Amino acid sequence: MSAAATHDDIARFNFLANFNKYMATAVAPGNAVAFRERAEPAWIRQQGEAPQTRSEVRRAMAPDPHYRFWSALRRCGMEMRQQAGRSLVLRQKESLRDRARELNARLPSGLRLDASIKIPRYQSELDNHCMPGSYYAEYIDADVSAAANYDAGMFATTTGLFGRYLDGAGRGTAAWLQRTRPGWQPKRILDLGCGVGHNTVPLARAFPAALVVAVDLAAPMLRYGHARAVGMGVDNICFQQANAEALPFEAQSFDFIYSTMFLHETSHVALRNIFGEASRLLAAGGVQVHLEQPPYRGMTAFEQFMRDWDGYYNNEPFWSALHETDLPRLLIEQGYSAEAVFETEIHAMVEDEMPKVGVETEDFGRGGLWYACGASSQGAST
Amino acid sequence: MNPQLLELVNAAASGKRPHFFGDADVDRLLAIVWAMAGELAVTRERLDTLERLLAERAVVQRMDIDAYRPDPQAARERGEWQMEYVARLLRVLQQELDALRAASGEGGRGRTTSD
Ligand SMILES: C[S@@+](CC[C@H](N)C(=O)[O-])C[C@H]1O[C@@H](n2cnc3c(N)ncnc32)[C@H](O)[C@@H]1O
Repeated sequence: MSAAATHDDIARFNFLANFNKYMATAVAPGNAVAFRERAEPAWIRQQGEAPQTRSEVRRAMAPDPHYRFWSALRRCGMEMRQQAGRSLVLRQKESLRDRARELNARLPSGLRLDASIKIPRYQSELDNHCMPGSYYAEYIDADVSAAANYDAGMFATTTGLFGRYLDGAGRGTAAWLQRTRPGWQPKRILDLGCGVGHNTVPLARAFPAALVVAVDLAAPMLRYGHARAVGMGVDNICFQQANAEALPFEAQSFDFIYSTMFLHETSHVALRNIFGEASRLLAAGGVQVHLEQPPYRGMTAFEQFMRDWDGYYNNEPFWSALHETDLPRLLIEQGYSAEAVFETEIHAMVEDEMPKVGVETEDFGRGGLWYACGASSQGAST
Repeated sequence: MNPQLLELVNAAASGKRPHFFGDADVDRLLAIVWAMAGELAVTRERLDTLERLLAERAVVQRMDIDAYRPDPQAARERGEWQMEYVARLLRVLQQELDALRAASGEGGRGRTTSD
């Protein structure tokens, strides 16, 4: 279900992928050098002590030429990735739409759209990660171009860290479940903020007897995601348009509930509502887990500053706040005991030929080592 | 690509474009230079494919390439390509104009129908 790319389209993404990799491995590390050698000493000369917080580090680094070039080039890369993706998909939006329609018609029960769903302010006020029109733009009836663009460009921005099919987080999550709960077969699985289902498909494949319900606000993402899954021969996912803050499902109706790269795109209030819903929907004996980039606590001010770049310059307004939020405490507020709540690390599982986190690269804010926070519900599993 | 579609392709995301240099013109210039770097890589890759295929199949000699003159149709197609190429490089200027137009109520292109 992907867009048909010409030689130039592919070359553009090749360039961006290599550019991003070079930035992550050769240019980004220079910021630590620039900080140590130039920015920090200059700050100390002026202020009498080293910068203590990430906002002081930001102020100290703002005039540094290396930081300026890295930032400006990184922003250019984000914009060029959008330009390349839009250039690829918008010219074929009609044929993409028709192809999605055809695939979706093969399994009509797997796609449930709801035109009454309203896009909340935290999603509508800014185009997410500099994606013009965000996930929601519909330039033609039943448009899927926003999703096709998202799908096409993700590989270039993550340079292989998320795997060939961008499903590393989902495959890692399935493996983690199989390891921590050997033999367990959840019957109903819920994926919150599923996007085009990059990380839904691996759970559906790992548990072929389960029904996976994947919810998202954006109709283009769901149309495309369902068509993509059908095209991949996966038939146990139901893509449903819904707001994860208020879900149309019965209490305790899912054994396994998860989200990947979702919470940072919400808001303080929405996050609490989403945890409320996930906790209401979790069946006895079940487990919920949410994957994000690691929280800032325990990190140096400099590392926090580096990881915070997207919050400032890549249209991720809730990024900083999410990474400061004590997620375990929010789950405890939902009524879980402290013992039921956990934090762990989940490694993205990627093909052998893809780069591995730590070994080859760590591009601040988009690594393949996920922080996971979750809770198990008490009682016997059904 | 028709002009409307091209503007839509090159549209900006909402939100203010950050600038990192003391003079925002430097950021603009870098955006153009870097887009150019990307397009150069695209061309280089195409050329590389071509050269390899030609060599593999032993069809075209280097001097054939130097001696080539486009016919009117080919010249027109090349002209159209150049126009699209320039629009791609000057994305940053279009985006700022779009924003100015939107602010003046003229309505920028490249916005979604729903917002
Ligand atoms: C980064 S994307 C997709 C992440 C996806 N889980 C993955 O791993 O590929 C985040 C998604 O969250 C969706 N979203 C944002 N707020 C939402 C909400 N309140 N309810 C449901 N989906 C939401 C967006 O439409 C978008 O598709």
